[in-house]
Amino acid sequence: MSSDTKFTGQKFKSIGTSPLRPDGIDKVTGRARFGADINLPGQLVGRILRSPHPHAAIRSIDTSKAEALAGVKAVITSADLPDLTNGNSELFNILDNCMARTHVYYDGHAVAAVAAVDATTARKALKLIEVDYELLPHVTDVDEAVAKGAPILNKKCFTEGVEPKPRKASNIARRSEFGHGDVEAGFAKAAVIIERNFRTEQTHQGYIEPHACVASISPDGSGELWVCTQGHFVFRQHCAELLGMDVSKLRVTPTEIGGGFGGKTHVWTEPVALALSRKANRPVKLVMSRDEVFRASGPTSATSIDIRIGVTKKGRITAGDATLRYASGPYVGMWAELGAMTSFACYDMKNVRTVGLEVLVNRPKTTAYRAPSAPMAAFAVESMMDELAASIGMDPLEMRILNAAKKGTRSSYGPVYGPIGIGPTLQAAREHPHMSAPLGKNQGRGMACGFWFNFGGQTCTDLNIAPDGSVCLTVGTIDVGGARASLALVAAEELGISYDQVRTVVGDTSSLGYNDMTDGSRGTFSSSMATIMSARNAIKILKERAAKMWDIPVEKVTWEEGCAKAVGKKYGNLSPLSLAEIAEAAPNTGGPIAGHNELVADGAGVSFATHICDVEVDPETGRTQVVKYTVIQDAGKAVHPTYVEGQYQGGAAQGIGWALNEEYVYGEDGRLQNSGFLDYRIPVCSDLPMIGTQILEIPNPNHPYGIRGVGETSIVPPLAAIGNAVSNAFGVRMTHVPMSAPRILKALDEAESKKADETQQLPLEL
Amino acid sequence: MTQLVNTQINGDAVGFACEIDETLLDVLRNRVGLSGAKEGCGTGDCGACSVILDGTLVCSCLVLGVEAEGRKVETVEGLSDGADLHPLQTKFIEHAALQCGICTPGFLMAAKALLKNNPDPTEEEIRYALAGNLCRCTGYDKIVRAVQATAADMRGS
Repeated sequence: MSSDTKFTGQKFKSIGTSPLRPDGIDKVTGRARFGADINLPGQLVGRILRSPHPHAAIRSIDTSKAEALAGVKAVITSADLPDLTNGNSELFNILDNCMARTHVYYDGHAVAAVAAVDATTARKALKLIEVDYELLPHVTDVDEAVAKGAPILNKKCFTEGVEPKPRKASNIARRSEFGHGDVEAGFAKAAVIIERNFRTEQTHQGYIEPHACVASISPDGSGELWVCTQGHFVFRQHCAELLGMDVSKLRVTPTEIGGGFGGKTHVWTEPVALALSRKANRPVKLVMSRDEVFRASGPTSATSIDIRIGVTKKGRITAGDATLRYASGPYVGMWAELGAMTSFACYDMKNVRTVGLEVLVNRPKTTAYRAPSAPMAAFAVESMMDELAASIGMDPLEMRILNAAKKGTRSSYGPVYGPIGIGPTLQAAREHPHMSAPLGKNQGRGMACGFWFNFGGQTCTDLNIAPDGSVCLTVGTIDVGGARASLALVAAEELGISYDQVRTVVGDTSSLGYNDMTDGSRGTFSSSMATIMSARNAIKILKERAAKMWDIPVEKVTWEEGCAKAVGKKYGNLSPLSLAEIAEAAPNTGGPIAGHNELVADGAGVSFATHICDVEVDPETGRTQVVKYTVIQDAGKAVHPTYVEGQYQGGAAQGIGWALNEEYVYGEDGRLQNSGFLDYRIPVCSDLPMIGTQILEIPNPNHPYGIRGVGETSIVPPLAAIGNAVSNAFGVRMTHVPMSAPRILKALDEAESKKADETQQLPLEL
Repeated sequence: MTQLVNTQINGDAVGFACEIDETLLDVLRNRVGLSGAKEGCGTGDCGACSVILDGTLVCSCLVLGVEAEGRKVETVEGLSDGADLHPLQTKFIEHAALQCGICTPGFLMAAKALLKNNPDPTEEEIRYALAGNLCRCTGYDKIVRAVQATAADMRGS
């Protein structure tokens, strides 16, 4: 790891150090409690019956035989859940995905559920449920879904975002457009215009922990839910609304989370577990199998992207135009919109247009996956950047530097940028030793850039000072990768005490005000902002208490290095009062001392990265191995540099898996063919090299410490970086991800035969 | 059909009754009360449930509970000596070799099995020895470094 701190504005004591995480020992000893580790007295086992068909109408469901089986305590179908058919369409979609109402839309769609005394009985009960399906034609491919004559998933789907409203139903659920300038006028100024179609296949977040929850609803109508989630407040809201409960009567306690990456931002089985518990009047534990995770929790979108970019002879982009089709599963999402927004966000463009089309297909409902929608768009744009640079004989890194967005640039999606890191990451790449390291036989080097917005949102923290002067910080954002350590550092920094004096816990939904979920790289950004404000509120009280203890005016008290100090000639000789001394006296000076803060964290600074990678392609088999990889990314301010580095490395590794191997494979029958880790193979230890990192720190002016989100941007560049590296190794441009061995081999063979054809033709022309 | 099984888990004599088709993983988690081993896939592809059975690393989801009869099982709960952590546990924390931590118990057991047989592994040997354990958070970099550091530590270098 290397850090370039030349941009940093502030000096810190705790921030920027890398102490050990507070949950480390629990996680290396097996003590940590994840979703499936929670048990309640008398709990039942919940199981879900899923559709084997990609598209069908449900004629009837007969649960009588299952209900009659000894040990079965509850069976539910959509009839046991509210009918939201004519209500809020977003809620309807969430509920319909959790339990199909009239139609199943994908292989794996839930149709019924049981709660039984043990797993064996539950399994038997599922086999006794009889569902009468009327099979319907299906479509799983994004391009086929928009083609003429495609089966229509939803006859009420008239493309949103098109005026006037279309009169004919289609699978295009929504159209979003962004951009500015005059695209055609821009193309008219170009010396070279390249136009291509890129495709990316559907991938899954691949968290190692399957979804798991324990639900318990009491006859008095109150309920509790223990669940691995990225957003327990959002889960509370959705579950309560779907079950017709008062939101405050449902208490959701987040467990440790075994990975999420966006996939644990939606409810899947939780409303079902609650409904089973309500019907059985007992706690119900519901854990997805790995097969269910792949078939019925939200992967990312498959895409098809048409893109056109024009440049001058000197390498300046004159115009960019992209139409991005994102397959969203059977329900509308926001994935195409995010793809359209992120496409050209790295570059300063006078004329740009991006159109996102949200396409319904018979695949699982898609959800966020780390910088959702950005990697696919970057694959297209960053591949084109290399190709355009080659067409005018320019170095691709120099062309990116020439076109990089900077402070004051109007972004392709609208807002004007403040201080940003794309230029500095590119400069750092130019100077990085990786760029000049020697390459071996069959090896190629590629680079690419990436962008992610980062989010803020509703956040609330409590900072409670214990009688011994130690501090407990309660946050409402889930710790997915070391945030508790980072937030303890922030509290320690602001209070002027040591990291060891602070303990951070993630509170349940009853212990804090509402918090948005841990997504959009917002966890540390937003909770650190609220923590700083909570600490400042606590310091205000600490100073008041010290003034009381000294019997001096509060205006004469300052807070320095964890102590109250009296200032001025009259009081300057008073010995400082430590936080512990003030806390000890609290019962006599006004009671417990705490600081609270509630805010909407605005101003999440946007994030940029540049990646460099070397690949070695085996020309015999098409297998590609990443042999060297470097991530350069702006963190704003790295609170805990080691964990920031871990985020960079993890994101890059996921991107490498996406680029080279991971994909959902659907058969002609519309069924998922590879719903396990054997066939959906994420990178294993022997697939990857060490992943080098360089952390840049361009402070976010909207955060007191300059912090930006860091979790997501690192998955954006790898697809294109590897594509460019493969192209540089063999001169073959890969336009379809994943670049699996068969696809690379096919591309190599095609290039070879093209070359052979040209050689054969040569003498004839002479 | 239920069967009584006598075994030794982390040095303690443990008897349990289980169904004959129940996995060792389910027995450990649901009958013995040791939830350190995790189920990530149930098909032996992810390694999160790795335990050591009579000195050999196994996926406990691929072993039947009844197969543990008369045998010794080591799980992550038995890795430390009382409050003293095993060097692997210490190095995993020090090197930030875990993020979410769900794969960590499996990695620790796999690394323990590796170092017992090969106290001075190369990076490549570590990567191949751990290739049966999936981690989705770290990119493996810090895990490999933690195992390298432990190996050096345990060799006394």
